[in-house]
Amino acid sequence: MTDVMHSFDLFAPASIEEAAKLLDKHGKEAWIVAGGKDSFDWFKDRVKRPSAVIDITGLKQLHGVSDKGNYISIGALSTLSEIEDSSLLKKNFPLLVEAAGRVASPQIRNSGTLGGNVAQDTRCSYYRDGFPCYRAGGNTCYANTPTAMNREHALFEASRCVAVTPSDTGPALVALEADMVIARDGKTRTVSAEKFFIGPATDITRMTVLEKGDILTEVRVPKKWAGAKQYFEKVADRETWDFALVNVAMVAKVSGGKVSDVRMACGGVQCTPRRLSNVESLMKGEKVGAEMETLAKRVAARGAKALNYNHFKIPLMGNLAARAVRSLA
Amino acid sequence: MDMSENWKEDVAESEEFDFPPDPADDFEWVPATKEVAGNMPDLPLETWQSPSTSRREFLRGVVCSGVAVSAASYLWAGNSSEARAAVRGVERLVTLNINGKNRRVDVAPNETLAHTLRYKLGLTGTKIGCNRAECGACTVLADNTTIYSCSTLTHQSRGKKITSVEGVAAPDGTLHPIQQAFIDELGPQCGFCTPGQVVAAVGLLKKNPKPTEDEARRALSGNLCRCGAYDHYLKGVMRASGRA
Ligand SMILES: Cc1cc2nc3c(=O)[nH]c(=O)nc-3n(C[C@H](O)[C@H](O)[C@H](O)COP(=O)(O)OP(=O)(O)OC[C@H]3O[C@@H](n4cnc5c(N)ncnc54)[C@H](O)[C@@H]3O)c2cc1C
Ligand code: SF4
Ligand code: FES
Ligand code: FES
Repeated sequence: MTDVMHSFDLFAPASIEEAAKLLDKHGKEAWIVAGGKDSFDWFKDRVKRPSAVIDITGLKQLHGVSDKGNYISIGALSTLSEIEDSSLLKKNFPLLVEAAGRVASPQIRNSGTLGGNVAQDTRCSYYRDGFPCYRAGGNTCYANTPTAMNREHALFEASRCVAVTPSDTGPALVALEADMVIARDGKTRTVSAEKFFIGPATDITRMTVLEKGDILTEVRVPKKWAGAKQYFEKVADRETWDFALVNVAMVAKVSGGKVSDVRMACGGVQCTPRRLSNVESLMKGEKVGAEMETLAKRVAARGAKALNYNHFKIPLMGNLAARAVRSLA
Repeated sequence: MDMSENWKEDVAESEEFDFPPDPADDFEWVPATKEVAGNMPDLPLETWQSPSTSRREFLRGVVCSGVAVSAASYLWAGNSSEARAAVRGVERLVTLNINGKNRRVDVAPNETLAHTLRYKLGLTGTKIGCNRAECGACTVLADNTTIYSCSTLTHQSRGKKITSVEGVAAPDGTLHPIQQAFIDELGPQCGFCTPGQVVAAVGLLKKNPKPTEDEARRALSGNLCRCGAYDHYLKGVMRASGRA
């Protein structure tokens, strides 16, 4: 059951300066909305009730994909469909195109933005339903109990909270070594995708480094991996609408049958996209083939701590890593 | 204040008031029955209507007078609507382009497009199934791309050309090839998902007039059908493709 949204003031700034002013003025009560596909569910459930909603879709400079020489710039307000359809991205980063194309449903991709996709909150159903858990400022985790339903929760890096990153584009951007550009008070700073996502040990109430007042303006994908081998695969309970149980993103350079460089990341297994560094290191300098597949499968989920209902993610991770390796053959 | 015919002149004379531009000046009153009919020929209402005024007719009446009143109450709100949106929040009386017509509507900040279409404009062809972007019954076109109107703020649709299921047939009432094909292929069972399926399919053919079956399946994948009539809709799209 959903309700109409709580009542709020809606602002539609036309420039970053205006948006910054509004964010400053409304402080904790301000909430940025782009496509709203994450935000409106929170509002309809009345779990989050910010009094000032700032619709940033009018910020023209945050739209569009363009070639900047060393990197490709993707405006934070580019919709996932725009990414899917971009010939520039198809040519250089099919991995990201594929990841964006596996998000939710066509209609959601037509209005959901890349910025919203990386900045979205976790989908832990207890938290989304308004349970007063650690992440919501309370003092318990409802997902990590003997009887809790936690088949979608984390295998790694749990720290009180066992929620996972829901984003499909996140692991792709981590694999591609993308940089996130964040504006605040007229200044901008750049954070690598890997540092952009944060776990509960850093701050249990946030999923990313974004704080109230920050605006993600742009994602920069360096050309380093353009033309390299790229692989994305997502496993979910259903093909449409559903979040990843596990997804995998890989970029690799292969010469003479040997892997010279590789990055691999998984979503859905911890609070941030997880670099599979042990798979990466066993691949580097080695010959692509069945043996590499077997090894990748064996080490991918090493160190996993399963909860009551999410053991299945361990072989799933191994298999996805192995399939990524197989794609290089 | 007495809202007589000439209340504006009264105010202007008595208080020597310099009027700000009136956002309601170009407000066009359209009789309620015309609104629902949209692009369709006028229906003989008597054939199905109960002897008393139907509930829908009643609701539409009340909503319309609400629009007129708030038009007056927003008179004083300054000049440039863009500047106002940034500093004081969005203007409530907005112009929307729906099915090729400009419509002035009073829209609350937290109102969804599905709500505005159904309960303010009487365009009840757009259905609300889940109200949270998970079923597709509320699908409409915004500048020819499909969106879920239940999860879009009406204010975010300003400046876009919105097409609801009422707007896909030709002005003379000839059905869109998709609509005809869905009839020919016995697409709908209960029919609740049908308006969303029609709009999603029309959106597909606008971008890709000759889709493969896989492309069509993917384009309709954001539309749930509880009756499971997916294959019928898919056949309908294939039948209509190339003729849209
Ligand atoms: C039914 C359903 C299924 C889904 N399935 C998937 C899926 O399979 N995979 C997946 O990855 N996602 C999925 N999602 C999530 C959805 O795709 C993403 O949430 C979407 O991309 C969000 O984009 P948005 O612009 O609509 O976000 P919004 O709701 O507008 O924003 C989301 C959050 O990000 C913040 N934000 C947005 N833009 C900025 C910015 N520029 N700067 C700072 N903060 C910002 C907002 O304040 C808000 O907190 C699903 C969502 C739904 C409703
Ligand atoms: S997993 Fe995290 S978000 Fe979910 S109930 Fe536990 S503390 Fe809350
Ligand atoms: S009512 Fe909008 S998607 Fe279900
Ligand atoms: S025809 Fe009944 S839901 Fe689709």
